[in-house]
Amino acid sequence: MRIAIAWLLAALAVGSAGAEEKRIILPPDHEHARLKVGPGSDVTHTQCQLCHSTDYIVMQPPGDAKQWEGVVTKMIKVFGAPLSEADAKIITEYLARSYGPPS
Amino acid sequence: MRDYTRRGFLATAGRAGALLLAGSTALGQAARAADDPVLAGRPLVRYPEKTDLILLTSRPPQLETPMKYFDRAITPNEAFFVRYHVFPIPTSVDLGTWRLKVHGRVDRPLTLSLDDLRTKFPRVRVVAANQCSGNSRGRFNPRVLGGQWGDGAIGNAEWVGARMRDILSAASVRQGAVQVTFDGLDKPAFPTVPDFVKSLDVTRIMADPDVIVAYQMNGQPLPMLNGFPARLIVPGWYATYWVKHLFEIEVIDSVFEKFWMKPGYRIPDTPCGCVEPATVPTRTVPITRMPVRSFIATPEPGARVGVGQPVTMKGIAFDGGYGINEVQISSDSGVTWRRVPLGSDLGRYSFREWSVTWTPPGPGQHRLMVRAFNGIGESQGTRPLWNPPGYLRNVIEYVDVQAG
Repeated sequence: MRIAIAWLLAALAVGSAGAEEKRIILPPDHEHARLKVGPGSDVTHTQCQLCHSTDYIVMQPPGDAKQWEGVVTKMIKVFGAPLSEADAKIITEYLARSYGPPS
Repeated sequence: MRDYTRRGFLATAGRAGALLLAGSTALGQAARAADDPVLAGRPLVRYPEKTDLILLTSRPPQLETPMKYFDRAITPNEAFFVRYHVFPIPTSVDLGTWRLKVHGRVDRPLTLSLDDLRTKFPRVRVVAANQCSGNSRGRFNPRVLGGQWGDGAIGNAEWVGARMRDILSAASVRQGAVQVTFDGLDKPAFPTVPDFVKSLDVTRIMADPDVIVAYQMNGQPLPMLNGFPARLIVPGWYATYWVKHLFEIEVIDSVFEKFWMKPGYRIPDTPCGCVEPATVPTRTVPITRMPVRSFIATPEPGARVGVGQPVTMKGIAFDGGYGINEVQISSDSGVTWRRVPLGSDLGRYSFREWSVTWTPPGPGQHRLMVRAFNGIGESQGTRPLWNPPGYLRNVIEYVDVQAG
Protein backbone atom coordinates (compact mmCIF):
# COMPACT_ATOMS: atom_id res chain seq x y z
CA MET A 1 0.00 0.00 0.00
CA ARG A 2 2.80 2.41 0.89
CA ILE A 3 4.49 1.65 -2.39
CA ALA A 4 1.25 2.35 -4.20
CA ILE A 5 0.89 5.76 -2.58
CA ALA A 6 4.51 6.66 -3.31
CA TRP A 7 4.12 5.68 -6.92
CA LEU A 8 0.88 7.56 -7.22
CA LEU A 9 2.40 10.73 -5.87
CA ALA A 10 5.27 10.35 -8.29
CA ALA A 11 2.82 9.93 -11.16
CA LEU A 12 0.84 12.97 -10.11
CA ALA A 13 4.05 14.97 -9.75
CA VAL A 14 5.09 14.13 -13.30
CA GLY A 15 1.54 14.88 -14.34
CA SER A 16 1.78 15.12 -18.12
CA ALA A 17 -1.57 16.32 -19.45
CA GLY A 18 -3.93 13.53 -20.46
CA ALA A 19 -1.48 10.82 -19.51
CA GLU A 20 -3.15 7.63 -18.36
CA GLU A 21 -1.00 4.78 -17.26
CA LYS A 22 -1.85 1.35 -15.98
CA ARG A 23 0.82 -0.53 -14.09
CA ILE A 24 0.80 -3.86 -12.31
CA ILE A 25 3.28 -5.85 -10.28
CA LEU A 26 3.40 -9.59 -10.80
CA PRO A 27 3.91 -11.97 -7.90
CA PRO A 28 7.02 -14.17 -7.82
CA ASP A 29 7.00 -17.73 -9.14
CA HIS A 30 4.75 -19.90 -6.97
CA GLU A 31 6.38 -22.44 -4.68
CA HIS A 32 4.07 -25.28 -5.61
CA ALA A 33 6.04 -25.74 -8.81
CA ARG A 34 9.39 -26.53 -7.15
CA LEU A 35 11.32 -29.23 -8.94
CA LYS A 36 11.96 -32.56 -7.20
CA VAL A 37 15.44 -32.49 -5.68
CA GLY A 38 17.90 -34.90 -7.26
CA PRO A 39 20.98 -35.10 -9.47
CA GLY A 40 20.60 -32.41 -12.13
CA SER A 41 17.77 -30.50 -10.44
CA ASP A 42 19.95 -27.43 -9.85
CA VAL A 43 21.05 -27.20 -13.48
CA THR A 44 17.49 -27.82 -14.64
CA HIS A 45 16.09 -25.12 -12.38
CA THR A 46 18.75 -22.58 -13.30
CA GLN A 47 18.51 -23.10 -17.05
CA CYS A 48 14.77 -23.61 -17.50
CA GLN A 49 13.62 -20.76 -15.29
CA LEU A 50 15.54 -18.28 -17.44
CA CYS A 51 12.50 -18.29 -19.73
CA HIS A 52 9.61 -19.77 -17.72
CA SER A 53 8.52 -20.86 -14.26
CA THR A 54 8.98 -24.50 -13.43
CA ASP A 55 5.26 -25.27 -13.25
CA TYR A 56 5.61 -25.75 -17.02
CA ILE A 57 7.69 -28.80 -16.18
CA VAL A 58 5.92 -30.31 -13.21
CA MET A 59 2.45 -30.23 -14.81
CA GLN A 60 3.42 -32.24 -17.90
CA PRO A 61 2.38 -35.86 -18.28
CA PRO A 62 5.07 -38.24 -17.03
CA GLY A 63 7.31 -39.28 -19.89
CA ASP A 64 10.27 -41.43 -20.76
CA ALA A 65 13.67 -40.21 -21.94
CA LYS A 66 12.36 -39.93 -25.50
CA GLN A 67 9.59 -37.52 -24.47
CA TRP A 68 11.92 -35.33 -22.40
CA GLU A 69 14.63 -35.35 -25.04
CA GLY A 70 12.01 -34.11 -27.49
CA VAL A 71 10.99 -31.34 -25.11
CA VAL A 72 14.57 -30.21 -24.45
CA THR A 73 15.37 -30.30 -28.18
CA LYS A 74 12.27 -28.18 -28.88
CA MET A 75 13.38 -25.65 -26.28
CA ILE A 76 16.77 -25.38 -27.99
CA LYS A 77 15.74 -25.53 -31.65
CA VAL A 78 12.39 -23.74 -31.59
CA PHE A 79 12.67 -21.44 -28.59
CA GLY A 80 16.41 -20.82 -28.79
CA ALA A 81 17.23 -21.91 -25.25
CA PRO A 82 20.94 -21.15 -24.71
CA LEU A 83 21.80 -24.65 -23.47
CA SER A 84 25.17 -26.36 -23.82
CA GLU A 85 25.14 -29.95 -25.04
CA ALA A 86 26.32 -31.10 -21.61
CA ASP A 87 23.55 -29.24 -19.76
CA ALA A 88 20.94 -30.48 -22.23
CA LYS A 89 21.99 -34.04 -21.42
CA ILE A 90 21.91 -33.44 -17.66
CA ILE A 91 18.45 -31.86 -17.91
CA THR A 92 17.05 -34.62 -20.11
CA GLU A 93 18.32 -37.30 -17.74
CA TYR A 94 17.03 -35.46 -14.69
CA LEU A 95 13.56 -35.04 -16.21
CA ALA A 96 13.28 -38.65 -17.36
CA ARG A 97 14.38 -39.84 -13.89
CA SER A 98 12.22 -37.44 -11.89
CA TYR A 99 9.19 -37.07 -14.14
CA GLY A 100 9.21 -40.43 -15.87
CA PRO A 101 6.42 -42.95 -16.26
CA PRO A 102 5.46 -44.86 -13.10
CA SER A 103 7.61 -47.99 -12.92
CA MET B 1 -12.11 -5.23 -0.45
CA ARG B 2 -9.15 -5.04 -2.78
CA ASP B 3 -11.34 -3.82 -5.56
CA TYR B 4 -12.87 -1.16 -3.35
CA THR B 5 -9.40 0.06 -2.41
CA ARG B 6 -8.37 0.25 -6.04
CA ARG B 7 -11.44 2.26 -6.99
CA GLY B 8 -10.69 4.62 -4.16
CA PHE B 9 -7.26 5.15 -5.64
CA LEU B 10 -8.62 5.70 -9.11
CA ALA B 11 -11.11 8.22 -7.82
CA THR B 12 -8.32 10.09 -6.06
CA ALA B 13 -5.98 9.87 -8.97
CA GLY B 14 -8.40 11.09 -11.58
CA ARG B 15 -6.85 10.47 -14.96
CA ALA B 16 -3.49 9.57 -13.50
CA GLY B 17 -2.47 5.93 -13.36
CA ALA B 18 -3.04 3.42 -10.64
CA LEU B 19 -0.56 0.96 -9.29
CA LEU B 20 -2.10 -2.42 -8.97
CA LEU B 21 -0.29 -4.61 -6.54
CA ALA B 22 -0.03 -8.33 -6.82
CA GLY B 23 -2.31 -10.01 -4.36
CA SER B 24 -1.34 -12.71 -1.98
CA THR B 25 -1.79 -16.36 -2.60
CA ALA B 26 -4.85 -17.86 -1.02
CA LEU B 27 -2.87 -20.33 1.01
CA GLY B 28 -4.31 -23.69 1.76
CA GLN B 29 -7.20 -23.38 -0.65
CA ALA B 30 -7.72 -26.23 -3.04
CA ALA B 31 -8.57 -25.27 -6.59
CA ARG B 32 -11.64 -27.49 -6.73
CA ALA B 33 -12.64 -30.98 -5.80
CA ALA B 34 -9.40 -32.65 -4.78
CA ASP B 35 -10.35 -35.72 -6.79
CA ASP B 36 -10.15 -33.82 -10.09
CA PRO B 37 -6.83 -35.13 -11.38
CA VAL B 38 -6.19 -32.05 -13.51
CA LEU B 39 -6.82 -29.44 -10.83
CA ALA B 40 -5.55 -31.37 -7.79
CA GLY B 41 -2.70 -29.60 -6.04
CA ARG B 42 -3.02 -26.40 -8.04
CA PRO B 43 -3.27 -23.34 -5.79
CA LEU B 44 -5.74 -20.50 -5.99
CA VAL B 45 -3.82 -17.27 -6.51
CA ARG B 46 -4.68 -13.61 -6.73
CA TYR B 47 -3.12 -11.44 -9.43
CA PRO B 48 -3.56 -7.72 -10.09
CA GLU B 49 -7.14 -6.84 -11.07
CA LYS B 50 -8.11 -10.48 -10.56
CA THR B 51 -9.97 -12.49 -7.97
CA ASP B 52 -8.83 -15.95 -6.80
CA LEU B 53 -8.06 -17.98 -9.92
CA ILE B 54 -6.51 -21.40 -10.42
CA LEU B 55 -2.80 -21.18 -11.16
CA LEU B 56 -1.51 -22.95 -14.25
CA THR B 57 1.87 -21.20 -14.50
CA SER B 58 3.48 -18.25 -12.76
CA ARG B 59 5.73 -16.96 -15.52
CA PRO B 60 4.33 -16.06 -17.91
CA PRO B 61 1.15 -15.90 -15.85
CA GLN B 62 -1.55 -18.36 -16.84
CA LEU B 63 -4.65 -18.48 -14.69
CA GLU B 64 -7.80 -20.51 -15.01
CA THR B 65 -11.36 -19.54 -14.09
CA PRO B 66 -13.07 -21.73 -11.47
CA MET B 67 -16.15 -23.52 -12.85
CA LYS B 68 -18.45 -21.74 -10.38
CA TYR B 69 -18.31 -18.60 -12.55
CA PHE B 70 -19.97 -20.40 -15.45
CA ASP B 71 -23.38 -20.34 -13.78
CA ARG B 72 -24.00 -17.07 -15.66
CA ALA B 73 -23.62 -15.79 -19.20
CA ILE B 74 -21.14 -12.99 -18.56
CA THR B 75 -17.80 -13.82 -16.94
CA PRO B 76 -16.69 -11.02 -14.58
CA ASN B 77 -13.46 -9.30 -15.67
CA GLU B 78 -11.80 -10.17 -12.38
CA ALA B 79 -12.55 -13.87 -12.95
CA PHE B 80 -11.61 -13.96 -16.64
CA PHE B 81 -8.84 -16.45 -17.45
CA VAL B 82 -5.29 -15.39 -18.38
CA ARG B 83 -3.07 -16.95 -21.00
CA TYR B 84 0.30 -15.78 -22.31
CA HIS B 85 2.91 -17.39 -24.54
CA VAL B 86 6.15 -15.56 -23.86
CA PHE B 87 7.78 -13.66 -21.04
CA PRO B 88 8.16 -10.85 -20.14
CA ILE B 89 4.61 -9.58 -20.50
CA PRO B 90 3.67 -5.90 -20.38
CA THR B 91 3.19 -4.71 -16.80
CA SER B 92 2.75 -1.05 -17.62
CA VAL B 93 1.12 0.75 -20.51
CA ASP B 94 1.02 4.52 -20.85
CA LEU B 95 -1.81 5.71 -23.06
CA GLY B 96 0.11 8.90 -23.62
CA THR B 97 2.61 6.96 -25.69
CA TRP B 98 0.76 3.77 -26.69
CA ARG B 99 -0.14 3.77 -30.39
CA LEU B 100 -1.68 1.23 -32.74
CA LYS B 101 0.32 1.20 -35.94
CA VAL B 102 -1.30 0.02 -39.19
CA HIS B 103 1.10 -0.40 -42.08
CA GLY B 104 2.35 -2.68 -44.86
CA ARG B 105 0.38 -3.05 -48.08
CA VAL B 106 -1.75 0.04 -47.49
CA ASP B 107 -1.95 3.47 -49.15
CA ARG B 108 -2.45 5.35 -45.88
CA PRO B 109 -0.47 3.97 -42.94
CA LEU B 110 -2.11 4.85 -39.61
CA THR B 111 -0.84 5.60 -36.15
CA LEU B 112 -3.81 5.55 -33.79
CA SER B 113 -4.06 6.60 -30.17
CA LEU B 114 -6.72 5.02 -27.97
CA ASP B 115 -8.76 8.21 -28.36
CA ASP B 116 -8.48 7.85 -32.14
CA LEU B 117 -9.84 4.31 -31.87
CA ARG B 118 -12.69 5.54 -29.70
CA THR B 119 -13.63 8.60 -31.74
CA LYS B 120 -12.63 8.06 -35.37
CA PHE B 121 -14.42 4.76 -35.91
CA PRO B 122 -17.99 3.66 -35.24
CA ARG B 123 -18.26 2.13 -31.79
CA VAL B 124 -19.55 -1.43 -32.02
CA ARG B 125 -20.30 -4.12 -29.45
CA VAL B 126 -20.30 -7.88 -29.57
CA VAL B 127 -20.80 -10.40 -26.80
CA ALA B 128 -18.45 -13.27 -27.52
CA ALA B 129 -16.90 -16.27 -25.84
CA ASN B 130 -13.12 -16.42 -25.69
CA GLN B 131 -11.73 -19.94 -25.33
CA CYS B 132 -8.14 -21.12 -25.37
CA SER B 133 -7.50 -23.73 -28.08
CA GLY B 134 -6.09 -26.01 -25.41
CA ASN B 135 -8.91 -25.60 -22.92
CA SER B 136 -9.40 -28.98 -21.17
CA ARG B 137 -6.12 -30.32 -22.60
CA GLY B 138 -5.37 -31.86 -19.21
CA ARG B 139 -8.27 -34.26 -19.80
CA PHE B 140 -6.87 -35.78 -23.00
CA ASN B 141 -6.30 -39.53 -22.94
CA PRO B 142 -3.67 -40.51 -23.89
CA ARG B 143 -2.28 -37.35 -22.32
CA VAL B 144 -0.47 -34.77 -24.42
CA LEU B 145 2.26 -32.24 -23.71
CA GLY B 146 1.33 -28.59 -23.25
CA GLY B 147 -0.50 -26.43 -20.73
CA GLN B 148 -2.53 -28.88 -18.65
CA TRP B 149 -5.69 -26.78 -18.47
CA GLY B 150 -8.84 -27.94 -16.76
CA ASP B 151 -12.02 -26.47 -18.24
CA GLY B 152 -11.53 -22.87 -17.15
CA ALA B 153 -9.50 -21.38 -20.01
CA ILE B 154 -12.64 -19.71 -21.22
CA GLY B 155 -14.79 -16.64 -20.58
CA ASN B 156 -17.57 -14.60 -22.14
CA ALA B 157 -17.70 -10.81 -22.20
CA GLU B 158 -19.28 -7.84 -23.89
CA TRP B 159 -16.56 -6.31 -26.03
CA VAL B 160 -16.71 -2.76 -27.37
CA GLY B 161 -14.36 -1.37 -29.96
CA ALA B 162 -13.69 -0.44 -33.57
CA ARG B 163 -14.36 -2.77 -36.49
CA MET B 164 -11.17 -4.18 -37.92
CA ARG B 165 -12.56 -3.73 -41.44
CA ASP B 166 -13.19 -0.03 -40.78
CA ILE B 167 -9.57 0.33 -39.71
CA LEU B 168 -8.37 -1.46 -42.85
CA SER B 169 -10.65 0.71 -45.00
CA ALA B 170 -9.24 3.85 -43.39
CA ALA B 171 -5.74 2.59 -44.20
CA SER B 172 -6.83 1.71 -47.75
CA VAL B 173 -5.56 -1.79 -48.41
CA ARG B 174 -3.70 -2.21 -51.70
CA GLN B 175 -4.45 -4.73 -54.41
CA GLY B 176 -2.67 -8.01 -53.83
CA ALA B 177 -2.93 -7.93 -50.04
CA VAL B 178 -3.51 -11.43 -48.68
CA GLN B 179 -3.28 -11.44 -44.90
CA VAL B 180 -3.09 -9.14 -41.92
CA THR B 181 -0.73 -9.84 -39.01
CA PHE B 182 -1.36 -8.82 -35.42
CA ASP B 183 1.38 -8.22 -32.86
CA GLY B 184 1.07 -7.40 -29.17
CA LEU B 185 3.38 -5.77 -26.63
CA ASP B 186 4.38 -9.11 -25.09
CA LYS B 187 7.93 -9.65 -26.31
CA PRO B 188 10.21 -12.57 -25.43
CA ALA B 189 13.35 -11.84 -23.42
CA PHE B 190 15.57 -13.63 -25.94
CA PRO B 191 15.48 -12.75 -29.64
CA THR B 192 15.61 -16.47 -30.45
CA VAL B 193 12.18 -17.06 -28.92
CA PRO B 194 9.44 -16.64 -31.56
CA ASP B 195 7.42 -13.47 -31.01
CA PHE B 196 3.69 -14.07 -30.63
CA VAL B 197 2.20 -12.87 -33.93
CA LYS B 198 -1.04 -14.13 -35.51
CA SER B 199 -2.64 -13.60 -38.89
CA LEU B 200 -6.07 -13.48 -40.52
CA ASP B 201 -7.03 -13.34 -44.20
CA VAL B 202 -7.93 -9.87 -45.48
CA THR B 203 -11.14 -11.37 -46.92
CA ARG B 204 -12.04 -12.83 -43.51
CA ILE B 205 -11.79 -9.41 -41.90
CA MET B 206 -13.62 -7.50 -44.64
CA ALA B 207 -16.50 -9.99 -44.62
CA ASP B 208 -17.00 -9.99 -40.86
CA PRO B 209 -18.24 -6.85 -39.06
CA ASP B 210 -17.80 -8.60 -35.70
CA VAL B 211 -14.00 -8.75 -35.87
CA ILE B 212 -13.08 -5.74 -33.76
CA VAL B 213 -10.24 -4.08 -31.88
CA ALA B 214 -11.77 -3.93 -28.40
CA TYR B 215 -10.86 -1.27 -25.85
CA GLN B 216 -13.68 -2.11 -23.45
CA MET B 217 -14.63 -5.34 -21.71
CA ASN B 218 -17.91 -5.58 -19.78
CA GLY B 219 -18.10 -1.80 -19.63
CA GLN B 220 -14.57 -1.31 -18.27
CA PRO B 221 -11.10 -0.83 -19.70
CA LEU B 222 -9.49 -4.23 -20.26
CA PRO B 223 -7.64 -5.64 -17.25
CA MET B 224 -3.91 -5.56 -17.92
CA LEU B 225 -3.76 -9.36 -17.96
CA ASN B 226 -6.53 -9.52 -20.56
CA GLY B 227 -4.75 -7.21 -23.00
CA PHE B 228 -4.96 -3.57 -21.89
CA PRO B 229 -5.39 -1.23 -23.68
CA ALA B 230 -6.77 -3.04 -26.74
CA ARG B 231 -7.05 -6.56 -28.07
CA LEU B 232 -8.31 -8.21 -31.20
CA ILE B 233 -11.71 -9.93 -30.94
CA VAL B 234 -12.41 -12.72 -33.43
CA PRO B 235 -15.85 -14.02 -32.40
CA GLY B 236 -16.40 -17.72 -32.94
CA TRP B 237 -12.72 -18.46 -33.35
CA TYR B 238 -10.39 -19.73 -30.66
CA ALA B 239 -8.61 -17.23 -28.41
CA THR B 240 -5.25 -17.73 -30.11
CA TYR B 241 -6.32 -15.06 -32.64
CA TRP B 242 -7.45 -12.58 -29.98
CA VAL B 243 -4.06 -10.85 -29.72
CA LYS B 244 -3.66 -8.88 -26.50
CA HIS B 245 -1.94 -5.50 -25.98
CA LEU B 246 -2.25 -4.97 -29.72
CA PHE B 247 0.18 -2.40 -31.09
CA GLU B 248 1.07 -3.37 -34.63
CA ILE B 249 -1.10 -4.43 -37.56
CA GLU B 250 0.60 -5.20 -40.85
CA VAL B 251 -1.03 -5.95 -44.19
CA ILE B 252 1.05 -8.46 -46.16
CA ASP B 253 0.90 -10.00 -49.63
CA SER B 254 1.48 -13.59 -48.58
CA VAL B 255 0.28 -16.19 -46.09
CA PHE B 256 2.04 -15.62 -42.77
CA GLU B 257 3.67 -18.81 -41.51
CA LYS B 258 5.84 -17.89 -38.56
CA PHE B 259 5.90 -20.13 -35.48
CA TRP B 260 2.54 -19.39 -33.84
CA MET B 261 0.71 -19.96 -37.15
CA LYS B 262 2.92 -22.82 -38.32
CA PRO B 263 3.72 -25.27 -36.77
CA GLY B 264 1.93 -23.76 -33.75
CA TYR B 265 -1.85 -23.86 -33.33
CA ARG B 266 -2.63 -26.36 -36.05
CA ILE B 267 -5.11 -29.23 -36.13
CA PRO B 268 -5.29 -32.37 -38.26
CA ASP B 269 -6.75 -31.61 -41.71
CA THR B 270 -9.62 -34.07 -41.19
CA PRO B 271 -13.38 -33.36 -40.88
CA CYS B 272 -13.25 -33.78 -37.09
CA GLY B 273 -9.86 -32.14 -36.58
CA CYS B 274 -8.91 -35.38 -34.90
CA VAL B 275 -6.86 -38.52 -35.50
CA GLU B 276 -6.74 -41.96 -33.91
CA PRO B 277 -5.31 -41.56 -30.40
CA ALA B 278 -1.51 -41.56 -30.26
CA THR B 279 -1.13 -41.16 -34.04
CA VAL B 280 0.24 -38.25 -36.06
CA PRO B 281 -1.78 -36.41 -38.74
CA THR B 282 -0.45 -36.38 -42.30
CA ARG B 283 -1.61 -32.82 -42.95
CA THR B 284 -2.51 -29.94 -40.66
CA VAL B 285 -4.38 -26.62 -40.98
CA PRO B 286 -4.63 -23.64 -38.63
CA ILE B 287 -7.20 -24.04 -35.85
CA THR B 288 -10.17 -21.69 -36.35
CA ARG B 289 -13.80 -22.09 -35.25
CA MET B 290 -14.91 -23.52 -31.93
CA PRO B 291 -17.21 -26.56 -31.80
CA VAL B 292 -20.27 -26.73 -29.53
CA ARG B 293 -19.59 -27.04 -25.81
CA SER B 294 -21.66 -26.94 -22.64
CA PHE B 295 -20.87 -27.10 -18.94
CA ILE B 296 -22.57 -27.72 -15.61
CA ALA B 297 -21.41 -25.05 -13.15
CA THR B 298 -23.62 -26.18 -10.33
CA PRO B 299 -23.97 -28.59 -8.59
CA GLU B 300 -20.27 -29.25 -8.39
CA PRO B 301 -18.71 -32.72 -8.62
CA GLY B 302 -19.19 -34.76 -5.50
CA ALA B 303 -21.95 -32.51 -4.17
CA ARG B 304 -24.26 -34.14 -1.61
CA VAL B 305 -27.92 -33.73 -2.43
CA GLY B 306 -31.11 -34.89 -0.71
CA VAL B 307 -33.42 -37.56 -2.13
CA GLY B 308 -36.67 -35.91 -3.19
CA GLN B 309 -35.25 -32.44 -2.68
CA PRO B 310 -35.05 -30.24 -5.79
CA VAL B 311 -31.57 -29.22 -6.91
CA THR B 312 -30.97 -26.21 -9.17
CA MET B 313 -28.70 -27.07 -12.07
CA LYS B 314 -27.04 -24.18 -13.89
CA GLY B 315 -24.50 -23.74 -16.59
CA ILE B 316 -23.66 -22.35 -20.01
CA ALA B 317 -23.47 -23.48 -23.63
CA PHE B 318 -21.83 -21.88 -26.65
CA ASP B 319 -20.45 -22.59 -30.10
CA GLY B 320 -18.45 -20.95 -32.86
CA GLY B 321 -21.12 -18.54 -34.07
CA TYR B 322 -24.29 -20.34 -35.15
CA GLY B 323 -25.80 -19.76 -31.74
CA ILE B 324 -27.21 -22.25 -29.25
CA ASN B 325 -30.71 -23.52 -30.11
CA GLU B 326 -31.16 -26.16 -27.48
CA VAL B 327 -29.60 -27.51 -24.28
CA GLN B 328 -30.48 -30.90 -22.84
CA ILE B 329 -29.61 -32.65 -19.61
CA SER B 330 -29.60 -36.28 -18.63
CA SER B 331 -29.71 -37.62 -15.08
CA ASP B 332 -29.41 -41.29 -16.03
CA SER B 333 -25.92 -41.41 -17.57
CA GLY B 334 -27.17 -40.36 -20.99
CA VAL B 335 -29.98 -42.88 -21.53
CA THR B 336 -32.69 -40.21 -21.68
CA TRP B 337 -32.40 -36.47 -22.27
CA ARG B 338 -34.69 -33.55 -21.63
CA ARG B 339 -34.70 -30.03 -22.95
CA VAL B 340 -33.96 -27.30 -20.41
CA PRO B 341 -34.96 -23.61 -20.36
CA LEU B 342 -32.45 -21.14 -21.75
CA GLY B 343 -31.55 -17.68 -20.47
CA SER B 344 -31.72 -14.58 -22.65
CA ASP B 345 -30.02 -14.59 -26.05
CA LEU B 346 -27.03 -12.24 -25.96
CA GLY B 347 -26.00 -12.99 -29.52
CA ARG B 348 -24.79 -15.93 -31.54
CA TYR B 349 -21.20 -15.79 -30.23
CA SER B 350 -22.15 -15.52 -26.57
CA PHE B 351 -22.48 -18.04 -23.78
CA ARG B 352 -26.13 -19.07 -23.42
CA GLU B 353 -27.14 -19.52 -19.83
CA TRP B 354 -29.35 -22.46 -18.90
CA SER B 355 -31.00 -23.47 -15.66
CA VAL B 356 -33.28 -26.29 -14.56
CA THR B 357 -34.47 -28.03 -11.43
CA TRP B 358 -33.70 -31.70 -10.95
CA THR B 359 -34.96 -33.84 -8.09
CA PRO B 360 -32.87 -36.86 -7.09
CA PRO B 361 -35.25 -39.83 -7.32
CA GLY B 362 -33.32 -42.14 -5.03
CA PRO B 363 -30.16 -42.55 -2.96
CA GLY B 364 -26.68 -43.16 -4.36
CA GLN B 365 -24.59 -41.64 -7.13
CA HIS B 366 -26.25 -39.84 -10.02
CA ARG B 367 -24.47 -38.80 -13.20
CA LEU B 368 -25.73 -35.46 -14.51
CA MET B 369 -24.82 -34.73 -18.13
CA VAL B 370 -25.31 -31.76 -20.44
CA ARG B 371 -25.22 -31.35 -24.20
CA ALA B 372 -26.12 -28.51 -26.55
CA PHE B 373 -27.19 -28.09 -30.18
CA ASN B 374 -26.30 -25.09 -32.30
CA GLY B 375 -28.12 -23.32 -35.13
CA ILE B 376 -27.06 -25.89 -37.73
CA GLY B 377 -27.75 -28.94 -35.59
CA GLU B 378 -24.18 -29.61 -34.48
CA SER B 379 -23.83 -31.09 -31.02
CA GLN B 380 -21.37 -32.93 -28.81
CA GLY B 381 -20.19 -36.52 -28.81
CA THR B 382 -20.15 -39.17 -26.13
CA ARG B 383 -16.54 -40.09 -26.89
CA PRO B 384 -13.77 -37.50 -26.76
CA LEU B 385 -11.90 -36.73 -29.98
CA TRP B 386 -8.12 -36.78 -29.90
CA ASN B 387 -5.30 -34.86 -31.60
CA PRO B 388 -1.62 -34.41 -30.67
CA PRO B 389 -1.77 -30.75 -29.54
CA GLY B 390 -4.82 -31.30 -27.31
CA TYR B 391 -7.22 -28.91 -29.07
CA LEU B 392 -10.96 -28.80 -29.87
CA ARG B 393 -12.21 -30.81 -26.90
CA ASN B 394 -16.02 -30.79 -26.87
CA VAL B 395 -17.12 -34.14 -25.46
CA ILE B 396 -20.34 -34.26 -23.39
CA GLU B 397 -19.47 -33.18 -19.84
CA TYR B 398 -20.89 -34.63 -16.66
CA VAL B 399 -20.96 -34.16 -12.92
CA ASP B 400 -21.44 -37.00 -10.43
CA VAL B 401 -23.38 -36.16 -7.30
CA GLN B 402 -24.30 -38.18 -4.23
CA ALA B 403 -27.91 -38.39 -3.07
CA GLY B 404 -28.64 -39.53 0.44
